[in-house]
Amino acid sequence: MHGLAFDISHLLAGSLVLVSLIMLYQDRLYALLNVFALHAFVLSLSVGWQAFIQNAPHLYVTALIALVFKAGIIPIALHRMIVRLGIHREIETTAGIGPIMLVGVGLVGLSMAVMLRVTAEANLIAREDLAFALSVLLIGLLLMVTRRNAVGQVVGFMSLENGLVLAATGAKGMPLVVEISVAFSVLIAFIVIGIFLFRIRERFDTVDVQALDRFRGEQI
Amino acid sequence: MALTRDLAVQSFQMLLVVLLAPLVTGLVRKMKARLLRRRGPPLIQPYRDLIRLLHKEVVLANNASWLFRAAPYLIFAATWVAAALVPTFATGLMFNWTADLIALVALLGSARFFLALAGMDVGTSFGGIGSSREVMIASLAEPAMIMIVFSLALLAGTTQLSGIAQYMLSSNVGLRVTLGLAAISLVMVGIAENARIPVDNPATHLELTMVHEAMILEYSGRHLALIELSASLKLLVYLSLIACIFLPWGMAPARDTWNYFAIGAGAYAAKLVAGCIALAVFETAIAKMRVFRVPAFLGAALMLGLLGALFLFVSRGF
Amino acid sequence: MEVDVSLWCVLAFFVAAAISVCLSKRAAATALVYGATTVISALACATALTCLLNNQTASTKLPLGLPWMGASFHIDPLSAFFLVVVNLGAGAASLYGLGYGRHEPFPERVLPFFAAFLAGMNLVVLADDAFTFLLAWEFMSLISWALVVSHHRSQDNLHAGYVYILMASFGTFALLLGYGLLAGTAGHYDFEAIRSNHPSAFYSAIVLGLVLLGAGSKAGLIPLHVWLPLAHPAAPSHVSALMSGVMTKVAVYAFIRITFDLLGPPTWWWGMAILLLGGITAVMGVLYALMEHDLKRLLAYHTIENIGIIFIGLGLALAFEANHMPAPAALALTAALLHVFNHAAFKSLLFFGAGAVVTATGERDMEHLGGLIHRMPQTAFAFLVGCAAISALPPLNGFVSEWMTFQAILLSPQLPQWGLRFAVPAVGALLALSAALAAACFVKAFGVSFLGRPRTAAAEKAKEVDGFSRSAMAVFAALCVLAGILPGFFIDALGPATQHLLGSSMPAQSTIAWFSIVPINQSRSSYNGLLVFIFIALSASISAYAIHLLASKAKRRAPAWDGGFPDASPLTQYTAGSFSQPIRRVFGTLVFRVREEVTMPLPGTTQPAKHHVDLEDIIWSVLYAPLSRAITYSSDRLNVLQFLTIRRYLSLVFSALVVLLLVIAIWH
Repeated sequence: MHGLAFDISHLLAGSLVLVSLIMLYQDRLYALLNVFALHAFVLSLSVGWQAFIQNAPHLYVTALIALVFKAGIIPIALHRMIVRLGIHREIETTAGIGPIMLVGVGLVGLSMAVMLRVTAEANLIAREDLAFALSVLLIGLLLMVTRRNAVGQVVGFMSLENGLVLAATGAKGMPLVVEISVAFSVLIAFIVIGIFLFRIRERFDTVDVQALDRFRGEQI
Repeated sequence: MALTRDLAVQSFQMLLVVLLAPLVTGLVRKMKARLLRRRGPPLIQPYRDLIRLLHKEVVLANNASWLFRAAPYLIFAATWVAAALVPTFATGLMFNWTADLIALVALLGSARFFLALAGMDVGTSFGGIGSSREVMIASLAEPAMIMIVFSLALLAGTTQLSGIAQYMLSSNVGLRVTLGLAAISLVMVGIAENARIPVDNPATHLELTMVHEAMILEYSGRHLALIELSASLKLLVYLSLIACIFLPWGMAPARDTWNYFAIGAGAYAAKLVAGCIALAVFETAIAKMRVFRVPAFLGAALMLGLLGALFLFVSRGF
Repeated sequence: MEVDVSLWCVLAFFVAAAISVCLSKRAAATALVYGATTVISALACATALTCLLNNQTASTKLPLGLPWMGASFHIDPLSAFFLVVVNLGAGAASLYGLGYGRHEPFPERVLPFFAAFLAGMNLVVLADDAFTFLLAWEFMSLISWALVVSHHRSQDNLHAGYVYILMASFGTFALLLGYGLLAGTAGHYDFEAIRSNHPSAFYSAIVLGLVLLGAGSKAGLIPLHVWLPLAHPAAPSHVSALMSGVMTKVAVYAFIRITFDLLGPPTWWWGMAILLLGGITAVMGVLYALMEHDLKRLLAYHTIENIGIIFIGLGLALAFEANHMPAPAALALTAALLHVFNHAAFKSLLFFGAGAVVTATGERDMEHLGGLIHRMPQTAFAFLVGCAAISALPPLNGFVSEWMTFQAILLSPQLPQWGLRFAVPAVGALLALSAALAAACFVKAFGVSFLGRPRTAAAEKAKEVDGFSRSAMAVFAALCVLAGILPGFFIDALGPATQHLLGSSMPAQSTIAWFSIVPINQSRSSYNGLLVFIFIALSASISAYAIHLLASKAKRRAPAWDGGFPDASPLTQYTAGSFSQPIRRVFGTLVFRVREEVTMPLPGTTQPAKHHVDLEDIIWSVLYAPLSRAITYSSDRLNVLQFLTIRRYLSLVFSALVVLLLVIAIWH
């Protein structure tokens, strides 16, 4: 049974990394949102499985929050925001797909090399969860760096937070209050970013962050 | 007695793959037609096509060389040897130690080398298109294949197909994400190598969409029959490979009794039918990609293979 | 005893060179000199082969050179193997030269240097102390430079020779510093003394870097490869075969001798560095080759790829040895050495074929060739065998060494270091990529030059070359097939060499049933080239017989179908540039910053459309061009020292003297 438990959590965490990589090469915004919803769904499955094998019922609440908010409400809200901003036809990414994917896979290898060396004494499930979580985090950061559109960067930020949740559940013992406070702070950040996006759009007619550079003050 | 039985099993396998290959092609075509609400050609139509081609005369271009005439035999021979060495209904073939998975893939590469040369031989632009696109696809499919072999060899401790099949049948395989990724990657590589939609259209007559068809455009008569048979055989090889590695249940172990062989044969037939249906559904469901999106497709296969190998390092046993 | 025979052969080479200087322009000179070198190389090869197979070691010391040291020469299984490779290549090139040399316009510029070149290469492998080694190394470089500029009327050849002599001198300088560090403060230059006192780990790392610079530049590692595609094609074809197929192996010998034998026990990251360098070299080399239209330059760039493969094997061997895993290390080293032999065989064969094409048509550019398979059938067949061998297709020899390298790569998870565990599969993917691209490259080379229709009048009027050239090609083609079918014998022959260097060797292959090869153990993997060959031959015969029985035998010749719109002009067939366009588009935009421009004429005008491809060699523009600019700038500034007055010169001498006296005063 121990082997099967490990295999399934390994499967789910690995799928999370795979979905992060799939998010990297999406160049249309609707597709990006759909993959992000899938990302949150896989996260909720993974957290649910961890709740089952660790016998920690408060993690079920975490899984439910991830499912309802991040796989449901936030993608729908972003979808409507995109429609109102009128940017649903745009194509993103700053550099070529090939190099970005190679860097993404390299980041996965790097986080594994680091984590496996650092956590040599811990038990196996925690180690692999941490290695995968660090990969999701790094890929989320890479997503933020390679997107031109502010909405894409928000999605990157959200997926980064998903990686943090994975790390916390793997480390056995994240109390519920931490999860709720983290979730609420992300929600507030999200609302604030949304408001700002509309303000920016009103003012400058675009949310392309490279174009916004033109409006900075004079350099000294 | 054991020697003659092993020899009989190996010879039976060689005969079986050649006889089954056109049926596989016929089944895929029939399923695709059915899915498009057509009646479709009968299942044995490829056999009739081959016999018809054998009876026709060969029309050779004026400047076709001996390589053009010899290439179909070389291609067929290489593909047949590869097909004879993939375990289909029994894991212990008599000569399975002569070539492991890497050598099998390289044998199929030899066949492709001569096919590309045959495409260049007559000196038309169609042949050049086919050959140049084919080698581009091959250059991206090989690293993906090597990553799959690497993951499998790491898990099973061997590159012999019979050893891999026996490992997959054993109890300590578990449910590994690496195997899932390797399976998806192998399916993608198989689609690319067999010139199936979305990489190439096996039923096309338009130059813009040709890769494999362009290379064999000048062939006719018995040469074309051999090349068509080789293409069907290659599809059978990849289906058998996927069945042997990822769906090994039902295969008879080495040195066993005749009823186990019968069960193995039945299981193999069932896997082939399932594979053909899956292929037909997949080909009908999506459209062919433009040629310069194929590198992205194969790059995804390579990425899945790389990830599969990387994930092995975090899994148990390391 | 064997050393003496080899040294007498070297002396015989020098005598042949001297004779050719005396005979100079006589017609008999070519036949005499090439005949003599063929015989001498055969003798040297046979001697080295007996030494290798009987696992003998011998040395001798001649009273030449430095008075307190003399010149030491030594044969052990490793040098015996490389002597076999060198002399096999030399003998075949001489045989080829018997036919090819008749077309040489300036035989007096080629013959003496050819014989001396062979002598130099043999001396490098035989040398047993640093002084003799460096002397022979520099001699070899200078003589090959003379061969590169032998057709001195062409400006390109002179430029190639200039770059070559610069890089060769730089390489010798690096090796000089390396040997200096190895000899240490005691100043013992012979290899025996160096073996007994290894430098510390820090100095060993520096020596490794210097050897990579020195031997690596001669072998053609990226980024020190820039001279290779200029110099190798500029020389006459049999000399190109020697430079690509044999001289690069002498550089590999130097690397192996210093790294595995003279330096102390390796550290794991040496293996990783060499592994990564080899992988990058392999992929870059074949990508460069794919962009080329000149047949000989394509082959020269491809040599770089194969050197990369050899260094991957060597890096793996070092990594395994550093982790005290003798069996995998022996496997990796045997794979690298086998690839040394295989590459010498098929690269020489391909260069001989290219030379035959140049002799028959006068053209080196593939885009002016075509249809040569009808005009030069035997050359085409031998070239085809070479192309198939170099593309690593079973059952030929290129596949055997690649398969063994892959088996060594598959053993990498047993390595404890995480860096190695991740780097080795990545290098495996690079190796697979380079193998597939190599097949693409040689489909292009054979398909555009030999197949299709002739694109120019020169290609239409080509005639088959003479018997000597064809027999030299046949020898190597037969060797390629033999080494692919019966690799066990070759692996066993290499056993003493790996035993000598690593203390272990692969399991004995000749005892395995049916001539298979088994790298580690039977349950893990095995390969049988002979049976694969027999199966392919049987299947082809059975299918041919069945077709003969069942099918109609009617055959008709007609114009090509070509989709119903045949075009009689041979210019409508695929060119080399169009063949590599898909790969250029996929890989070239990243690696070479490829830009393609098409200018279409306006409707109604009669000008042709133009297609222009712009490639940039990144290594040249990032590394060498700024370096040469910096050197030019600093030498311009320092030029002022040429024009000082007498008083200034005197004050320079005076201040130098004062500074030295100060140094002595402070030091003591």
